[in-house]
Amino acid sequence: MSHGTHAIDTRHARSTLAASRSALGALLLRDVTVLRKDVKLFVLRTVIQPFLLCFVFLFVFPKIGQSVGAGSGQSAFATVLVAGVVGISIMFQGVQSVALQMSQEFGFTREIEDRVQAPCPIWLVALEKVISGAIQGMVSAAIVLPIAALVHARGVHANIHVHWLVMLTLVPLACVAMGSLGLVLGTSFEPRNIGLMFGFIILPITFLGGTYYQWDRLAPVKIGSWHWLQTVVLVNPLLYVNEGMRAAFTNVAHIHLYVVYPVLVAFCAGFLSLGLRNFRRRVLS
Amino acid sequence: MTLIAREPVIVTEQLCKRYIGADFLAVDHLDLAVEAGEIFGLLGPNGAGKTTTAGMLTTRVVPTSGRARVAGVDVLAHPALAKQFLGVVSQSNTLDRQLTVWENLYFHGRLFGIGAAPSRSRADELLERFQLTKWAHASVYALSGGMAQRVMVARSIFHRPAVLFMDEPTAGLDPQSRLALWQILQDLNAEGQTILLSTHYMEEADQLCGRVAIMDHGRILALDTPENLKRSTGVDTIVTLKATGDLDVLSKNLLERVAGATHARLIDQGVELHVAGAEQLLARVITEAEASGSRVQDLSVAEPSLETVFINLTGKELRD
Ligand SMILES: Nc1ncnc2c1ncn2[C@@H]1O[C@H](COP(=O)(O)OP(=O)(O)OP(=O)(O)O)[C@@H](O)[C@H]1O
Ligand SMILES: [Mg+2]
Repeated sequence: MSHGTHAIDTRHARSTLAASRSALGALLLRDVTVLRKDVKLFVLRTVIQPFLLCFVFLFVFPKIGQSVGAGSGQSAFATVLVAGVVGISIMFQGVQSVALQMSQEFGFTREIEDRVQAPCPIWLVALEKVISGAIQGMVSAAIVLPIAALVHARGVHANIHVHWLVMLTLVPLACVAMGSLGLVLGTSFEPRNIGLMFGFIILPITFLGGTYYQWDRLAPVKIGSWHWLQTVVLVNPLLYVNEGMRAAFTNVAHIHLYVVYPVLVAFCAGFLSLGLRNFRRRVLS
Repeated sequence: MTLIAREPVIVTEQLCKRYIGADFLAVDHLDLAVEAGEIFGLLGPNGAGKTTTAGMLTTRVVPTSGRARVAGVDVLAHPALAKQFLGVVSQSNTLDRQLTVWENLYFHGRLFGIGAAPSRSRADELLERFQLTKWAHASVYALSGGMAQRVMVARSIFHRPAVLFMDEPTAGLDPQSRLALWQILQDLNAEGQTILLSTHYMEEADQLCGRVAIMDHGRILALDTPENLKRSTGVDTIVTLKATGDLDVLSKNLLERVAGATHARLIDQGVELHVAGAEQLLARVITEAEASGSRVQDLSVAEPSLETVFINLTGKELRD
């Protein structure tokens, strides 16, 4: 049989490395295109939570005389909260752009079935989502920081001190860690169980992740001489993100960076390997 | 011109799949060779192993044992490389919901390493060809089932795959869309596109496929052109008889007494009789029916179909 118009010559195959590189580029380009289509929505969903947090805690509370941050004053609390707000935004970006998307694409639209036919290893398709989520996390951190620093009542003042080296390394690391968390969640929860995911995972993580307080302030919560709360929250990845943000943006006390960096790297590695394994299991049978 | 001895574009050797937890082989020692330029059909009932077979060839299902090569690439050893040569249209709509129709095509091109400008022009060209230009900037949510299917076909051939895999491509389509899709596939094939099609519509296999493998329980029961398969039954007429009375007796008597009858089976309110080369067939059938105490209400004859082949091979119907 000779079919000149449609001759396939497999000797003209590109190397898998080259094919994977262009596939990764195309996947990222696709995500950027989608993001640009509703950039307003992206900004809105990024901004809404930090805005509300700052509005309630740093504007309304001082106005109505409600006090938080025992003794040390509103401004000290503002300083603590600003960093936490950046951290929590990074986490929500990971959940929203990776977990929710992926859960949909797996369970609902089955788009993933087509995407894994891309001429690259399937783990790259999952990794691309994490990269894309991490980039969105960094963008949202950049949007949120000024809001968190500015929305407050007169007299309340967040003491922002940017530690550039820490910021430039820790923010991306935190974004990748939270994107990887998103991958784990997105490959574990069916779309119909997303409510469960928010109730049993996202909420505990956010409330016990040191967004509103520094970790060392939890010391008084103890049974006998056991600082149980301080110990329990150590399993929470968001804690290290928030404490890291305190190190990057403020001069307040935080968990030592010698701990924050390796633990975040370990979370990245753990979440990535779990997430990629889940992904592979869901895609291949 | 030099002729190179080419291996078939799809080759499987003793390919098996046992799903985790299953105690049977979904695909059972499959040996298959599909030549470039064919429309090859996998025809079989639900659970026959068609999707599993296509899944292994498209790297989605990991074989338990055996080997498979597509376009000369071992799909087990080099799945990422093999995917450069595969085009896949799955049964469900897998279009990217956040992109327009045009963007779905364009980004597919980019995904397969085609540059921006050529991707743009090929997207335009394919939309034109599949009469979708009007819908270029529509959301994929706006498409009907038939149109979505056409977009998926356009997308799957965008990168000029060596083989196009289509799993039950017309399931759920209305008759008109089905005919339109058949035409598209025939046109693509006329240009040399190799297509592996799985279906449980015998008409689809009959109309489209150069060769058909009839599958059941993970095995190929027969493999040939539709004409040869039908001829192989030896049957040339299918008589369908709607009647009242004792149908068991009727079917037994017809099989015994009608010359050339090879097979009789009960159907809804009647009997289906397979006959090879009989004269005066209908008169004979009516006489025998009345002699059996049945009242004939309706009588029709048809040529054998792939369904006949399947019934002859397995004793059961293709559709359940
Ligand atoms: N992911 C899976 N896990 C376990 N068993 C499976 C899986 N997919 C298919 N099977 C089983 O393997 C066998 C072959 O299924 P397959 O989907 O390949 O058949 P098919 O010919 O495509 O059927 P259909 O016409 O219903 O699509 C069936 O018994 C089915 O139950
Ligand atoms: Mg199937």
